[in-house]
Amino acid sequence: MSSTLPVGGAAFDPVSTSANRKMTNPPSGNPVRRSPLADKVFGWLAQGAAWLTLLLLIGILLSLVAGAWPAISKYGLGFLTSTTWDPVKNEYGGLVMIYGTVATSLIALLIAVPVSFGIALFLTELSPAWLKRPLGTAIELLAAVPSIVYGMWGLLVFGPILATYVQQPLQNAFGQTPYLGALVSGPPVGIGILSAGIILAIMIIPFIASVMRDVFDVTPVLLKESAYALGSTTWEVVYKVVLPYTKAGVVGGIMLGLGRALGETMAITFVIGNFNQLDSLSLFQAANSITSALANEFAEAGEGLHQAALIYLGLVLFFITFVVLALSKLMLAQLSKSEGTKT
Amino acid sequence: MKLSFKFSLISALTAATVAFPVLSLAQDVTGAGASFPAPLYSKWAADYNRATGIKINYQSVGSGAGLRQIEAKTVDFGASDAPLKDDELTKKGLVQFPTVIGGVVPVVNIKGIAPGQLKLNGQVLGDIYLGKITKWTDPAIKALNPSLPLPDAAISPVRRADGSGTSFIFTNYLSKVNAEWKTKVGEGTAVNWPVGAGGKGNEGVAAFVGRLPNSIGYVEYAYVKQNKMTFAVMRNAAGNFVSPDDVAFKAAAAGADWAKSFYQILTEQPGKDSWPITGATFILMQKAQDKPAQATAALKFFDWAYKNGDKTADDLDYVPMPASVKVSIEKAWADIKDASGKSVATK
Repeated sequence: MSSTLPVGGAAFDPVSTSANRKMTNPPSGNPVRRSPLADKVFGWLAQGAAWLTLLLLIGILLSLVAGAWPAISKYGLGFLTSTTWDPVKNEYGGLVMIYGTVATSLIALLIAVPVSFGIALFLTELSPAWLKRPLGTAIELLAAVPSIVYGMWGLLVFGPILATYVQQPLQNAFGQTPYLGALVSGPPVGIGILSAGIILAIMIIPFIASVMRDVFDVTPVLLKESAYALGSTTWEVVYKVVLPYTKAGVVGGIMLGLGRALGETMAITFVIGNFNQLDSLSLFQAANSITSALANEFAEAGEGLHQAALIYLGLVLFFITFVVLALSKLMLAQLSKSEGTKT
Repeated sequence: MKLSFKFSLISALTAATVAFPVLSLAQDVTGAGASFPAPLYSKWAADYNRATGIKINYQSVGSGAGLRQIEAKTVDFGASDAPLKDDELTKKGLVQFPTVIGGVVPVVNIKGIAPGQLKLNGQVLGDIYLGKITKWTDPAIKALNPSLPLPDAAISPVRRADGSGTSFIFTNYLSKVNAEWKTKVGEGTAVNWPVGAGGKGNEGVAAFVGRLPNSIGYVEYAYVKQNKMTFAVMRNAAGNFVSPDDVAFKAAAAGADWAKSFYQILTEQPGKDSWPITGATFILMQKAQDKPAQATAALKFFDWAYKNGDKTADDLDYVPMPASVKVSIEKAWADIKDASGKSVATK
């Protein structure tokens, strides 16, 4: 929605408004305007900035492909399904890291999305007015904590607690159950996929929660009050009025969090265990993520296949992020298509 | 584009030195590489700066990165924990020499076990890291420690997650003493570890071992000493059990034939007092110098360090090179030459 004031009587007709806007030319002879050249230069600069981003993106992609080429030409797509990572024998496959990145991000989202939704709901609908501001600021401050602090905390404080009070009881309870037992097998030491996922969740909650709160806040009061007037409960208002109205923002917030989770490095390195084997699908198993492998091995990787394989991993991460982004756009398009239809 | 940028940088630097000869008196020397000797190099650099006014910048970026940077000539010297073989040195046109010696020490966290009580040998240590020995009550461990009350618990092995010279020395040792390790895993700054959680850096491994009951890990000696960790004693090549200390590291260094080549990995050295997991850390320099003044300044720094830096090294729990080795190192500097073929070492 534009905040420009309507010009003339046709303003409330959306079609003519957009037509108007397209035709709008800056009125010449305006005394404030210095020269049409300044306009043009500004236009070029703005356009240049937009193109520069695109060029940078293509540049990054090209240099990733060039750097990874020795590994791409040697392994091809088989790199994505191989679990061997052996710098001594110069054999590389990325499945362990790809699995680690995807699994930890999924766990993080599973935890962070409901919690963030709760936080945003409380802050916008339920919280007493005096609590809103301090609580909101506190959550935003969480986003400013450096990731290494989360990593150290996860390793030294959270890991032992998780091991003693969650992992060991879970193993005792479900260790013998088929399927479920496999998920909780492995050494219960508080290091691995599960703890990395939980730490990630804590890290992305502030991002998702503050975006959700902001978009919930912009829902017109008129809509909400109308729903309340019709006898809706708070939940019904949030679920049937606020959420549909703000879905683009909510999905955007979740994607922001997911992007952060996929790219997080330092905190993950500390708690994931950096273990390049895929023995079991247990959540307690130590694993590795793409970013963690890059951080740990890049400095010592010699020229050649090792370095190329690491860059290939970076390229894969780039691709995963791209797919996630594309999927979210598709999802939004799907959502807006069904808009206005009865469910 | 990168090359031309570098070239223009170099020409700009030369122009600056030519234009302002005064500046060349106090040249900054830049080095990069291994993180293990970084605390010592920084301390040496600070002392040297106080003594001479010359600045030495050392970037602790890792051995592999140090090697890349000296090959690309972006730094005046590189530093690496893993020495290059002689033919590789010739191929890359580099010269290497050792600076100090350090030891890698297995540390454990077992309730009721004090430092120096647990005895291990290379075969057992290798089998633990291969995942073949999984319990502290394994007969192989019991045989070495008949009277020690070891718990009937699973061993959690901990190792370095990042590529590191420490891992290189450790895996080189295991390859020498455990045949299965050699064929299955091999040696390197990063290897395909069959078992174990990976900690980042010495401090990461130390934190894991401190936290996980019944764990075993390996860290630099300085780390063991400063944090009073529970170390294990190792059986050396002569069949004696030795404790890790500077005497044992020196004994290991004394056994190597430095006069022949500086490519010496000091693991499993003969001698009844030798600590078996010992290694030196190395400096790499270009053999043909296009910046002879910088190279001279760098060599002057190391000459100063060999003469005045032993006390600092001792304080920081590194072991200085034996005097005889220092002599052969300074002799070897004659190979570092400028464009006209003149040696840059000023002595």
